[in-house]
Amino acid sequence: MIRSLVTHNSYLITAFRPCDPGALRVVVRTWCLANCIDIRQEPGLYALEDSPKKTIIAWHESTGDHAMKGYTAALPSGEAIHYIDRKRWFWLLSVFYPLQPFLGIWLHAETGNQAWLLFPLFTGYVVAPVLDMILGEDKNNPPEEVVPQLDADFYYRLLTYAVVPLHFVTLIGAAWWAGTQDLSWWAFLGLAVVAGIASGLGINTGHELGHKKSRLERWLAKIVLAVPVYGHFWIEHNRGHHRDVSTPEDPASARMGESIYRFAIREIPGAFLRAWAIEKERLERRGKAVWNTDNQILQSMSLSAVVQLGLLIAFGWKMIPFLVVHNIFGWWQLTSANYIEHYGLLRLKDENGKYERCQPHHSWNSNHIFSNLVLFHLERHSDHHAHPLRRYQSLRHFEDLPSLPNGYFGSYLLAYVPWLWYWVMDKKLLALPHVNGDLDKINIDPRRKEMIYRKYGSPELSESTGEQSP
Amino acid sequence: MTDFKCPECGYVFSEDAGDEHEGYPPGTSFQSLPDDYVCPDCSVRYKEDFEAI
Repeated sequence: MIRSLVTHNSYLITAFRPCDPGALRVVVRTWCLANCIDIRQEPGLYALEDSPKKTIIAWHESTGDHAMKGYTAALPSGEAIHYIDRKRWFWLLSVFYPLQPFLGIWLHAETGNQAWLLFPLFTGYVVAPVLDMILGEDKNNPPEEVVPQLDADFYYRLLTYAVVPLHFVTLIGAAWWAGTQDLSWWAFLGLAVVAGIASGLGINTGHELGHKKSRLERWLAKIVLAVPVYGHFWIEHNRGHHRDVSTPEDPASARMGESIYRFAIREIPGAFLRAWAIEKERLERRGKAVWNTDNQILQSMSLSAVVQLGLLIAFGWKMIPFLVVHNIFGWWQLTSANYIEHYGLLRLKDENGKYERCQPHHSWNSNHIFSNLVLFHLERHSDHHAHPLRRYQSLRHFEDLPSLPNGYFGSYLLAYVPWLWYWVMDKKLLALPHVNGDLDKINIDPRRKEMIYRKYGSPELSESTGEQSP
Repeated sequence: MTDFKCPECGYVFSEDAGDEHEGYPPGTSFQSLPDDYVCPDCSVRYKEDFEAI
């Protein structure tokens, strides 16, 4: 395309060449357009001293010269920047990852070996953590100046819309296989677990959609949450968890010394009751009864009832254990995420007795690229809590934030073995710069408080963890 | 009648229009909203964080 030489603030065009950096091509082509010069007709030497960079806001390649779409914007200094989202096509992983039960079904159908139905457990709990370890972290952020364009790019939204029907297809497909094949009890239950994990990813899809302002996205959130029968999540998470996060009042924030199993017993009913109370209050303000078609929880739950009753009618009594196990493991995915996302972190109260606003250090993060790509960037959790409406493609990494040792799937495995989780995470928690060994700045399980103070409360330990913190 | 804006997400509470979905009828003064009011869209900003526009 354009052969060019970049100096401090000028461009010299000498010839076309296809491998020039996108940013430069855009700058040059914009200049050419602005100056009515068709560089294809008039190749030659041009000096772009009269900086065209100030005038370009959004100019996209229209000729399909490169496969990756870029975004161009002007920095406050007037300098042009061009950003290509290298993760653009990889976000498709978030769309197809929940289809994994079909991989097991296909392998079972091909080989006749029922054990293949459990294959997604291997990909989820072995392949994903290993890939996170091997591929490591991704700390790239889009420049703030291109974020409005990145957010407006319909492609990213389309992925979150597209995955909604796929969650229904996965549940129905797995139920069909479980209901029509002659499976051993362990393969039958295994398939229900695998399907439940896939539907748990539907809560993640509902999470991304439910945070948005548009009616369409909010409705899609309610629809997809019907798959794991978690219709209350949208209200519970947005209006409850985000308000109360990292406080002892939040049933969806884990406390130091609380095992994931005891957390689940507090979280699952606590979250439902909070959502119901919030929705009841809203309906009461509108002068309506809680049992009403306007109840957003019931809207989603009705769809759940239709789907699950439909499966029961289609495939018979076998669907009762299948759906019970499926639903529980779907919820368990969210419980696992909630457990690791805020473990032990605490917002302090200000002089008025109100909790400080949620800060980036009130969430645990992971920048591990693979698991982020299959979870719509959920693991960049600090930026999400600081800016809940920010779209997944725009979420940022920040330095010095609480960081998990692996991606979510590897961290779940740690959490499932409580002593191992405490051994890894309690040290990390105490060493956080804002905690600095001070147990009063940690959300501690009241039942374990005495034990934890005895173990970590000594001044020596506070000093040593203080030295470790960056 | 004034509009109040959430500094985080841009949600606007209009005293004129109220917020029907949230159950606040037109003419609801911002002052009369409950003390524990949080932004209905982002939930991370409190009543006192809202800015009159």
